[in-house]
Amino acid sequence: MTRKKLSRRQFVAATALSSAALITAPYVRGAYAAGKLSMGFWDHWVPGANKASTDLVNEWAAKEKVEVQIDYITSQGNKNLLTIAAEAQAKSGHDIFSMPTWWAHANSEQLESVNDIMGPIVAENGEVNGTVKYLGQSEGKWLGVPACVGSQIKGPCSRIDLMKKHAGIDVQEMYPAGSPPKADNWTLDTFLKAAEACHKAGVPFGIGLGETTDSVDTCGAIFQSFGAQLVDAKGNLTVKTDAVRQALEYYKKLIGFLPPDVAAWDDASNNKWLVSGKGAMIMNPPSAWAVAKRDAPQVAEQCWTHGFPAGPKGRFAPFLPYFWSIWSFSKNKEAAKSLLVHLSKPASIEKMVVASGGYDLPAFEKLTTLKVWQEESPPKGTLYHYPNPYNHQTLSIATSPAPPKIAQQIYAQATLTKMCLRFHQGESMEKTLAWAEGECEGFMRT
Amino acid sequence: MADVAFQQGAVSGAARTAKRSSLRRALKRKSSAAFLMTLPLILLIGVLVIYPALYSLHLATLNKSMAKFVGFGNFEFLFKRETFWLVVKQSCIFAISAVIFKALIGFIVAHFVHNVPANKQRKWRGMLLVPWVIPPAMSTLAWLWLFDPSYSAFNYTLSFFGIGPIPWTGDAMWARFSVILVNVWYGAPFFMIMYLAALKSVPEQLYEAAAIDGANWWQRIWYVTLPMMRNIIAITTLFSLIVTFANFDIVRILTAGGPLDHTHIFATWAFRVGIEGSDIPLGASVSLFMVPILAVAAIFILRDVSKRGNEA
Repeated sequence: MTRKKLSRRQFVAATALSSAALITAPYVRGAYAAGKLSMGFWDHWVPGANKASTDLVNEWAAKEKVEVQIDYITSQGNKNLLTIAAEAQAKSGHDIFSMPTWWAHANSEQLESVNDIMGPIVAENGEVNGTVKYLGQSEGKWLGVPACVGSQIKGPCSRIDLMKKHAGIDVQEMYPAGSPPKADNWTLDTFLKAAEACHKAGVPFGIGLGETTDSVDTCGAIFQSFGAQLVDAKGNLTVKTDAVRQALEYYKKLIGFLPPDVAAWDDASNNKWLVSGKGAMIMNPPSAWAVAKRDAPQVAEQCWTHGFPAGPKGRFAPFLPYFWSIWSFSKNKEAAKSLLVHLSKPASIEKMVVASGGYDLPAFEKLTTLKVWQEESPPKGTLYHYPNPYNHQTLSIATSPAPPKIAQQIYAQATLTKMCLRFHQGESMEKTLAWAEGECEGFMRT
Repeated sequence: MADVAFQQGAVSGAARTAKRSSLRRALKRKSSAAFLMTLPLILLIGVLVIYPALYSLHLATLNKSMAKFVGFGNFEFLFKRETFWLVVKQSCIFAISAVIFKALIGFIVAHFVHNVPANKQRKWRGMLLVPWVIPPAMSTLAWLWLFDPSYSAFNYTLSFFGIGPIPWTGDAMWARFSVILVNVWYGAPFFMIMYLAALKSVPEQLYEAAAIDGANWWQRIWYVTLPMMRNIIAITTLFSLIVTFANFDIVRILTAGGPLDHTHIFATWAFRVGIEGSDIPLGASVSLFMVPILAVAAIFILRDVSKRGNEA
């Protein structure tokens, strides 16, 4: 048996080559040189809308040499909330997750700060509205980048013909496509009179009083229009105030003009109400109109999405943003941030908004006048005022400005709609307020 | 030294042989074989049932932000909440009334099926089991459409008789009735099939003897059928009580706990508080509150069953 000897020259050459290879290895960019990144995105209900996100992610991944995996997680049956809870408990899962409204705050301790990328994004796209700051920031730390996908305003979607015929209100004239609103007379009093007229005509407004978000959001906006808060920004109980009493009295009158079964409504009920042609108005993003376009075109061509009526303390409309947040346990935070910057480019945002048929709303002030809202039809301009292009209403979320972790409880337990129902069903004002105060005290536990 | 070394080897060799033979003996024992065969299931239960149960116990002892141990603090908090006691009351109304009606309907239908000629029984058994074999989440969706607040098929039908519209899910009492009705519809076939099996095991001679003694139809049921079915009735009731107390899907789909929390039961309220309200420790505490109630029920019922077993 012969034994091959390694010469000194061979040894030096081999050592030099391996050292060079080791030193240069990180700079050789293979197909997935920058590692892996996984995303849990909200599963869009608009067919084809997910594809726009997928294309944008893939485009970025190819450029940055990152291996990506996208899971589209539905909010049907709160599957996304369950996944968030599971990943937070396991401290493992996706790198980026689409957090709806309250969930960025609810998981604030486990989310990576994105302050470093929010500055440049805001500089490019414009300032974000107050609700986005309220829900997305905690003690100066941005908990996620506002995502346009899934973000929505739940304003009135009115039937042009029925409102004109029964309430004498021309919603197109009040909110003309292409120009600022002329809605000074569009107040809560006008709204109540219109509700009464439409109720008498057999086409009542379809506003739910259940425990799901559509019902809570409308109730929240009307409460805010009266300046009514159950808990203030400092966490003090403010249930027993004149503003709350006024809001309850108003709601009691309004409920009298709504369909009798609104206490059992969920988030699908108002959509069905509009699409079936039974009502003159609902409070919803344009999803009901989009379904009507497919299933009841004669209804869709009479729909007009516009602003909320103003109350004594201002004009408020419910805005529900999503955030793309990075879990603190993510192993590729830099890549995640790079992707979020890419998804927040104006061109990317426009692509996603177009793919959603105008449903998705960017939270940035420079991006509320995209072409898609001017062009969507029928009728042309129906979505023009949907993104609040003239800032004539304050975008807010029900139960704010209470500290978000308390506000989330009031929101999830639908305390506002329950108060309205209790009072409407004959409970005394003071008893209703005492009940609500007790509930809110409970929500303050830490 | 050599002797010692030899002896050491002999001792260790003997020990090895003894160990081998005792292992062989242990493996040959029926109980060991049974244990090994059930081991995969035990492991599965350990991972999917015992670990989550212990983990939820751990969660229930933490504060809202899950950063501090609070012992029974969450339970103390719950006991002061009006809504919690409403949920306790409703869970009891829901579970007890649903189990009573399921047992009653199951018992009656089992008798009907028992009296159907043997060659036609299979068809009836199959048809009557349909509600139980359809996943409840799916069948409840169909019920939701039947009860829909604005487009209820029931109300549409009733309108021809000048009745209604009934607020099936919009009024507290009707909503409670609706969720119990769907639970009874779903669970009665289980009672029926269990009772049918029990009826078939009652010896025919007992009925003959009762007939000779002049017992009427009711006396035969009271003195023969029911005593012979007692164990099955007890076990079925216990099993159904546990499952009904822990129900989630029917209430969640049909009413989501509304209106005004009047149909919430433990599981749906735990979900509302824990997942939708992001207060996981409190949600865990709500769901764990069922454990002592069901444990007490299980102890009483199983003790009764084993006592009768010993008497037999």
